[in-house]
Amino acid sequence: MPKIKAPKGSPSIDMTPMVDLAFLLVTFFMLSASFRSSEPVDVDVPTSISDKIIPENVIVVTIDVKGRVFFNLSGVESRRELIGSMAKKYGFKMNKDQEDKFVYMTTFGCSMSELPAYLNLEANAQKKFPTLGIPCDSTRNELKDWISFGNISAVNSGITALFEAKSKGLTPNPNDFKPKFILRLDSKALYKDAQKVIDVFRDLNLNNLNFITSMELAPI
Amino acid sequence: MAEMAEGGGDSQHKGKKRAKKSSTRVDMTPMVDLAFLLLTFFVLTATFSKPKVMSLIYPAKIDPKDEKVDQPKINNAITFLLSKDKIYYYSGQFYPVDKPGPDGPTKLEVTNFGTDGVRKLLAEGNKYVLSEKKIYNSQLKKKEIQDSTYLRHLLEAKKNKKALKVLIKSDDKATCKNFIDLIDELKIAEIGVIAPVDLMPQENELIQAKIK
Repeated sequence: MPKIKAPKGSPSIDMTPMVDLAFLLVTFFMLSASFRSSEPVDVDVPTSISDKIIPENVIVVTIDVKGRVFFNLSGVESRRELIGSMAKKYGFKMNKDQEDKFVYMTTFGCSMSELPAYLNLEANAQKKFPTLGIPCDSTRNELKDWISFGNISAVNSGITALFEAKSKGLTPNPNDFKPKFILRLDSKALYKDAQKVIDVFRDLNLNNLNFITSMELAPI
Repeated sequence: MAEMAEGGGDSQHKGKKRAKKSSTRVDMTPMVDLAFLLLTFFVLTATFSKPKVMSLIYPAKIDPKDEKVDQPKINNAITFLLSKDKIYYYSGQFYPVDKPGPDGPTKLEVTNFGTDGVRKLLAEGNKYVLSEKKIYNSQLKKKEIQDSTYLRHLLEAKKNKKALKVLIKSDDKATCKNFIDLIDELKIAEIGVIAPVDLMPQENELIQAKIK
């Protein structure tokens, strides 16, 4: 009498669907990921329970551990307009290369007199550029000009974006296109240094400020 | 795939000559490993890279030419004084030593950034808004009110006279972390009116005396 044998199944499992899924997800996350551009200054931001995500049209002022002030404006068009107005005000000549470099750069922190030398450097060298940040004391307040001209060009590009959205038949909220003012403070920076920058904003009547923080769980 | 691997039985019957078929199965384990590794990497970086922002509306600057505008009378307010990793407070108006109030000159109380410090203090002080919020929350859960109504009610409660108002002053040694931590606590306690203002010299003296 023949013994009943258990059917010998192959011990390998067909992994094709799993691989398909895995690669699908990898592709999705790869395409949707936006890498943070390298910043010339490292800042360790404090934590808060806020879960508001950083908006699109922004002016970011960074204050590092030593109290140096850095500036950044989002949007290529607004940056081109901004550097144009700043160059005009400070009687500052620059070639097309330098302008393009400024337009595609991220955060920077140097005075107007240092700016041409700074723009000639490569990205890696910019990080080591010895600077005291953007001057913002009462005798020489360049930060105020950066913010007020930056605000004007950010408002303009916001209006353009609003009209574009409207022409596509959407009903956008105009508030979403207004420039937002963001402070990126280092945890260990002194508050009196931040206060100087906040006062510059308040002098320009820009009272609604945002602080970049990293997430922390809210108490229940 | 499975059919292809087992195939070959039929061809023998027809007597056709065919090249010997090796299994078409490929060991996919390393590929799967790699795929999942990449997947994990992108999932983690995608979720944690988005920075968050916390908004704070500063009071408009008062024009120094407007002499008529004097300090608004502070009702139900608490003033926090920040120094490096230290936090002091007093409630109500400030009374300097030479102009003492009904309870004598202002004395600073000390507290800390922990849950039993500032958070407890603020929860106690802002009882009105927090209890109102609880009511609206339960109404919202039962769908008696809508989201927009909920937000409006909450805003009204925060502006109510009974709601706690907070002034923040900091000395030269306070760090940004101290400031943001305090604002965070105020947001947790649903404080509607937050006013960061300049430190008065008399207050600074009190802080320095307290630190010693």
